[in-house]
Amino acid sequence: MRYAMVIDTLKCVGCSDCVVACQTENSVPVGYCRDWVTESVSGTYPTLELELKSERCNHCDNAPCVRCCPTGASHIVKGGIVLVIGDECIGCGACIESCPYDARYQHPDGYVDKCTFCHHRLEKGQLPACVSVCPTKCMYFGDLDDPNSEVSKLLKRRKHKTLAPEAGTKPNVYYLI
Amino acid sequence: MKGIKDKYGAESMALLKHGSPGSHLEHLFKAYGSDTIAEPAYAQCRGPRETGFGLTFGAWVGSPEPTDIRDTKCLVLIGSHIGENMHNTQVQEMSDAIDNNATIITVDPRYSTAASKSKYWLPIKPSTDMALLLSWMHVLIYEDIYDKAYVEQYGFGFDELKEHVRSYTPEWAYGITTIKPEEIRKTARVMAAAAPSVIVHPGRHVVWYGDDSQRSRAIAILNGLLGAWGRRGGFYFKEKIKIPTYPHPPFPQPKWGWEELGEKYPFAEMGITNEIVQASIPKKDQKYPIKAWFIAGTNLLNTIPQHKIIEKAIDSVEFIVVVDTMPMEITGYADVVLPECTYLERYDGIRSATNREPSIALRMPAAEPRFESKPAWWIAKQLGERLGLHDYFNYKDFKEVIAWQLKQLGTSLEEMEKVGVKKFKRKSGPLFLKEGQPYEFATNSGKIEFYSTELEEKGFDPMPIYTPHNEPDQGFYRLNYGRSPMHTFSRTVNNPNLNDLMDENKLWVNSKVARIEDLKNNQEVWLENQDGIISSFPIKVRVTERIRWDSVYMYHGFGHSNKKLSRAHGKGASDTQLITKVTIDPLMGGTGMRGNFVKILTENPHKKEIVS
Repeated sequence: MRYAMVIDTLKCVGCSDCVVACQTENSVPVGYCRDWVTESVSGTYPTLELELKSERCNHCDNAPCVRCCPTGASHIVKGGIVLVIGDECIGCGACIESCPYDARYQHPDGYVDKCTFCHHRLEKGQLPACVSVCPTKCMYFGDLDDPNSEVSKLLKRRKHKTLAPEAGTKPNVYYLI
Repeated sequence: MKGIKDKYGAESMALLKHGSPGSHLEHLFKAYGSDTIAEPAYAQCRGPRETGFGLTFGAWVGSPEPTDIRDTKCLVLIGSHIGENMHNTQVQEMSDAIDNNATIITVDPRYSTAASKSKYWLPIKPSTDMALLLSWMHVLIYEDIYDKAYVEQYGFGFDELKEHVRSYTPEWAYGITTIKPEEIRKTARVMAAAAPSVIVHPGRHVVWYGDDSQRSRAIAILNGLLGAWGRRGGFYFKEKIKIPTYPHPPFPQPKWGWEELGEKYPFAEMGITNEIVQASIPKKDQKYPIKAWFIAGTNLLNTIPQHKIIEKAIDSVEFIVVVDTMPMEITGYADVVLPECTYLERYDGIRSATNREPSIALRMPAAEPRFESKPAWWIAKQLGERLGLHDYFNYKDFKEVIAWQLKQLGTSLEEMEKVGVKKFKRKSGPLFLKEGQPYEFATNSGKIEFYSTELEEKGFDPMPIYTPHNEPDQGFYRLNYGRSPMHTFSRTVNNPNLNDLMDENKLWVNSKVARIEDLKNNQEVWLENQDGIISSFPIKVRVTERIRWDSVYMYHGFGHSNKKLSRAHGKGASDTQLITKVTIDPLMGGTGMRGNFVKILTENPHKKEIVS
């Protein structure tokens, strides 16, 4: 099993519902976030392009945050999900520095926090909170090891990219372009 | 309220309202004897499109819109920013349309989110949309690519329209709109190729330049030429369930009300807020004097332009009550504030939606109300009882009303609390016209009126014409505004989570403008409009290619002046404060608000001079 998220940038409108859903579901303190939306504009008026992207931890196969964690608090579980055990985290911040996606933050309670792909919801057979609320249905979640999953099919059919591939982290969040 | 009724008559007490709380108060008002009721959602928002489509197809667009966006081949947006305007069904269906490879054409001086999803973006010069619409008609007709069979069967006045648009060539429109003639032709052909599966979208907030009903007419006419009304991928015939009225005695007949107040505007079909405001300022020999306001769920200082007039009216009226969930600007002017709980803490009237299939939806509390806040139904009932109107509130709890109504509809409160939304089978016939099916439109002629007999009767242009609108002077920029997808109007800016996403608005300026005005990103500026009104608070600059050089843009709903809005107070600028000039739509009384121009001040104009 290899969990992946596929996000259709052609449909995303940048409303940030995903951000609020995550904050609510995961009790993320106001002022912090596990996911966020970026807007990039290129070109000169009136020849323009705009890309809106919902971003988060990429749950990398080759995760630098896990490699650099001195206590083993950052670890990879079944399905390739990268998690942090708050009680084992000493808050050294090495993982925050190592992440090319800037996906981790120091929780006010001292430990490092980030997206879990809503691991607790997956165990109940539910989708991650962000995916479940998206009004444009631009986010897809599933198993890349299953060739018949929606995510596998989308990546077969559609042009896509990952973020910072040059970092060699083998991310599992894909963007349809 | 008793005092006002005894002294002046119940008619002199006006209700200005929005949304669900508004309906509960409307019931109270009708029982009390006043029909002096209006909401900004009409004359400050979508009123003109209802007039324009009503005159053409004999039917309102209504809300939600009966646009078959999900199945369309071509969606045309005229300044409509679906995706930033988060009306949910519209956003969801636009996303479906993108999945289905629909062609989107967006006309907007700003590179909106919708524009970025569009195959064709026409970066039009602001205020010239009518010229583009007329030239599109010209191309469809003179290239012979309109839906001939449809127009012949259902249309009225096509020959007059053909003659009318003869001179409105794309070359003519180019000089006005800055859109190249080949782009105008190409996009008209794309629409025609997709027809009848095409939607020239009616838009929603359409009070722009004062000729808005006529511009909406032009949009309706285009849809008629393309054969889109009553066709798959165009507009479907909507249907809704009528919610039975909970028994109460007949309402008293007021001597006058919203209709009389709007009598100058022959096509007004709802109350005009700005007329109520005007009638609240005492004048000699006033036929319809307004002496008190009841305001429910609308922050007038952010929903109606021309603050000076509103403030004068506020000073004139004897009494103001405000029902709201938050301490907004308007609550600061109230004699009495009745705090309402939020929609998550109350029952409300059953929602009956016009969709492909009729449906009803239940709103029920997810949590107990906090502090002293109460549901609007409770507020209305308590007031009603104290006004001696018990018979109109013959229940202990509004739940009883809902339960009774649901039973009449063949369901129950128990069922609805489980399912939330229930769909019903259509009874009014198919969603779309069959080929050649006889159909009578509810217009004078029974047809789609390209030439409006009603407008002719009342002495207006029976077909839309192009009128040039004011342009900014040197050093001024047209003030455009719109919605942020994170917020609902100005109501949610103090919500901790939503405020965290966006706590202030920014002034979008083109990079050319930034160079001329020497502006940098995030620099604080103040805005002064053509009438010398200066924004109370600074707004940060956003230098972007997404806006034309002749206009600036900001999200609506910021720049709150009520200090009790702890997170939102003083953050960003209020567009409404800067809208002091309005152009009134002579058909239905809407306030055109896009004719305001601002200059950018880099020094704080509010700074008190220090005398040494």
